[in-house]
Amino acid sequence: MSTPVSAPLTSTDAAELGRLLAAGEVSSAEVTQAYLDRIQATDGDLGAYLHVDADAALAAAGEIDAARAKGEELGPLAGIPLALKDVVVTEGVPTTSGSKILEGWRPPYDATVAARLKAAGTVLLGKTNMDEFAMGSSTENSAYKVTRNPWDHDRIPGGSSGGSSAAVAGSLAPWAIGTDTGGSIRQPAAVTGLVGHKPTYGSVSRFGLIAFSSSLDQAGPMTRTVLDAALLHEAIGGHDPLDSTSIDAPVGVLAEAARRGAEGDLTGLRVGVVTELGGDGHTDGYEPGVLARFAEAVALLEGMGAEVRQVSCPAFDLALPAYYLIAPSEASSNLARFDGVRYGLRVGDDGSRDLDEVMALTREQGFGPEVKRRIILGTYALSSGYYEAYYGQAQKVRTLITRDFTSAWDDVDVLVSPTSPTVAWPVGARVDDPIAMYAADLCTLPASLAGLPAISVPCGLSDGLPVGFQVMAPALADDRCYTVAAALEAAQDSARGHRFLDGLATPAGGAA
Amino acid sequence: MSTDTLVDFDEVLTRYEPVIGLETHVELGTASKMFCGCSTTFGAEPNTQTCPVCLGLPGALPVVNEAAIESTIRIGLALGCRIASWSRFARKNYFYPDIPKGFQTSQYDEPLCTAGHLDVEVDGETYRVEIERVHIEEDTGKNLHVGGATGRIHGADHSLVDYNRAGIPLVEIVTRPIPGTGAKAPEVAKAYVTELREILLALGVSEVRMEQGNLRSDVNTSLAPIGSLEWGTRTETKNVNSLRSVERSVRFEMRRQAAVLDAGRRVVQETRHFHEDSGSTSEGRSKEEATDYRYFPEPDLVPIAPDEEWIEKLRAALPELPAARRVRLQEEWGLSATEMAWIANAGAVELVAGTVAAGATPADARKWWLGELARRANDAGVELAQLPVTPAQVAELAGLVQAGTVNDQLARQALDGVLAGEGDPAAVVKSRGLAVMGDSDELVAAVEAAIEGNPDVADKVRGGKVQAIGALVGAVMKTTRGKADAATVKRMLEERLVSS
Repeated sequence: MSTPVSAPLTSTDAAELGRLLAAGEVSSAEVTQAYLDRIQATDGDLGAYLHVDADAALAAAGEIDAARAKGEELGPLAGIPLALKDVVVTEGVPTTSGSKILEGWRPPYDATVAARLKAAGTVLLGKTNMDEFAMGSSTENSAYKVTRNPWDHDRIPGGSSGGSSAAVAGSLAPWAIGTDTGGSIRQPAAVTGLVGHKPTYGSVSRFGLIAFSSSLDQAGPMTRTVLDAALLHEAIGGHDPLDSTSIDAPVGVLAEAARRGAEGDLTGLRVGVVTELGGDGHTDGYEPGVLARFAEAVALLEGMGAEVRQVSCPAFDLALPAYYLIAPSEASSNLARFDGVRYGLRVGDDGSRDLDEVMALTREQGFGPEVKRRIILGTYALSSGYYEAYYGQAQKVRTLITRDFTSAWDDVDVLVSPTSPTVAWPVGARVDDPIAMYAADLCTLPASLAGLPAISVPCGLSDGLPVGFQVMAPALADDRCYTVAAALEAAQDSARGHRFLDGLATPAGGAA
Repeated sequence: MSTDTLVDFDEVLTRYEPVIGLETHVELGTASKMFCGCSTTFGAEPNTQTCPVCLGLPGALPVVNEAAIESTIRIGLALGCRIASWSRFARKNYFYPDIPKGFQTSQYDEPLCTAGHLDVEVDGETYRVEIERVHIEEDTGKNLHVGGATGRIHGADHSLVDYNRAGIPLVEIVTRPIPGTGAKAPEVAKAYVTELREILLALGVSEVRMEQGNLRSDVNTSLAPIGSLEWGTRTETKNVNSLRSVERSVRFEMRRQAAVLDAGRRVVQETRHFHEDSGSTSEGRSKEEATDYRYFPEPDLVPIAPDEEWIEKLRAALPELPAARRVRLQEEWGLSATEMAWIANAGAVELVAGTVAAGATPADARKWWLGELARRANDAGVELAQLPVTPAQVAELAGLVQAGTVNDQLARQALDGVLAGEGDPAAVVKSRGLAVMGDSDELVAAVEAAIEGNPDVADKVRGGKVQAIGALVGAVMKTTRGKADAATVKRMLEERLVSS
């Protein structure tokens, strides 16, 4: 369903913005200015951005407009503004990963994702807030500020890509890049009513993403529509010689897959509903409203011709403990470089302390409690004498989870589940209960551990808050995620009579 | 420097049996670093050969340098190792400013090459050194401690870090413990590093300049009472940077540890620093509380899986290795095995070969390098190859002697000039006026003056005591300041004094 003609620029789909820009109906400067105005007016309440450089954004927009005026050949994304999660390294633009320890760092290079988006002519509006080093599910672990959910300012926007989800849901950016380690794109997308896709591990370059857990991290799109997600994914995906784990394969025809899905014919598609993720006997912790919306969405798929069956993946029950050993282990090593010697924060270097003391003080003051918790967990899990029992065992579980997926692919084309067991919870409700916080990722962890593509697409409201529907697919079959998600999106939009996000009432303090 | 009590070396051997082991780090001579495209040129301004990857900046990722993998496999093949069909990098986690990522990307339980060996010869005896593993890793940056007296961190005002070296590919070659070398332990250690160095040179994988730190050995030494079934506690002498020092460090540690054990104390497992000036070691970091490096497979790199075909291609393309080359050269040069071993142990095979290639006879080349030049290197405390003289210059010098232009003594003076940087031997002979006098008027005058000045001796010779002629030869040599040829002088004296 396309954007209403009368819609302001800040609630127009990115794909439509691209069309308007290409047709010369609007300039990049106008679009960029509209977003900057809205950021100016509403981000004080929302807290989506950590850094906005209006002058740089307008200058970049001006360059695109000038190039277009000269008749230069421009790509489909040229002139469309965009927000980047602050975990993406940007040359000359402050990059903190949500941590005090990187305060003031202006990187000397661009992440591949940032470079590709720059080359595509997108205009960087700013860097979005996040849980420190992407560790969290609510963005409350940011060292800088709390970000609020545009659907209800007393609730969290999900995490760790909560700044990106709030920016897009709140119309402070047409789309944004997030990163997903255990669910950090999908869960915030779910709780703010966005589309969020975690690509196949290795299909989007990690070069220049500040590493949390190297074997899991992936960047991906967070957008208003499935088509937008596919377009943004195509722009950032594909092989990168700077990332050894990058897969040497073309990114695929994702936008095409989304368009095909929107036609609503899923005849012959075999859909597996994962029993262990909210199914019979596994409903503990799942809100009834979430399960109801999920069931309705499954019925919609069936109505479009999909063959739905239950699939059991027993090892998924072990995903949470395995993830909370593997990710902290890798993080404990990845975060060792933040020692105050070369960049960012340095504490206590007044001549009275030796090197070890300065490193310790810097890390003591530069890292927040969740980051410290995971460094300690990971350090312990990798320690000699404990390695096999913890890290080694977790890797075995990872293999078992991959096997469950592999055997499922014998019977089904995609697996589906709720994206998160609950809707957005109130700010502060889980900050003192890490286990409850970790449970938000219950449904997203299996695909992360297996390196598989997974998308979250809105499937309705529960108590007035968005619920996400997750579609998982085999490695490099990201197109299936887009096809199924687009079919669901189109069916719901047409039943509803408007796009999902159009149902978001202008939040308090917001200027439409 | 050292205040350690030492036991006389020969006495050590009456009570103890040494076990040695070596870990040798070799900087590869690749054009770019291990995980990024930065240059590896030695001696550049600090921190000019760096990028986000080798500085460990947030977000940067490593990409393996394939040339470094190839070199490592070639080293493994030359050492008779098994080449793994599947090998992984691992992170070795520890904090130090010279490792910018907070971990060193290395290999742990899945090295590229394992189970090789290297035979070395000392005094006609062959010792087989088992190679446990050959793996590839990245070098660290270099710390410069400023303001202290010693250049070490203690007493320094501040420290600077140069990351030019960070990320240079480093191959680590680890031996298994080497028992059974007895009194030869110091020589075996030296011979091993010497032979390893020759192999690396032949492979062309590294410049192996020890003085530039291209090749650094950590030398492990332990002592156990003779007949003991268990080996003793070892110490690890770090960064021993010359062949001679390898030998000296083992010798010193044996003498020191014997004194510790004699006193009823136990040897502390620790790393020790070697001091070039005194030949002693001093205590470094204790390893009693072993650092837990929390190794785990490097998730940023995919495993290395060299296929069989590639390995066989590399094996087939290996150059002639030093041991085989020595056998061939020994035959070509007509030397005995012992003579060849001396050349090898002096690290002079390439020098002699170069000298022969430049036109000298094998006998002359050997005589120069193992005689006069070895003496000078020893006096200066440097390796033969470090002397500022080339094989071509040595060949030229030998040629001058052969042609009778200079005698041995003059040749040594010419060598002085060459070593002093005065130019090639012929030029030095000319500039210093070192050429032997021919049957010249000047020499005739000197001969006649000697006869006139020593009438008694001359009479004795005339009277048949021919051996007395030596005194007259000496007198002539003295007046000509050694520039005359003794045989010529003798002949001229005989012509005048002995009736035929």
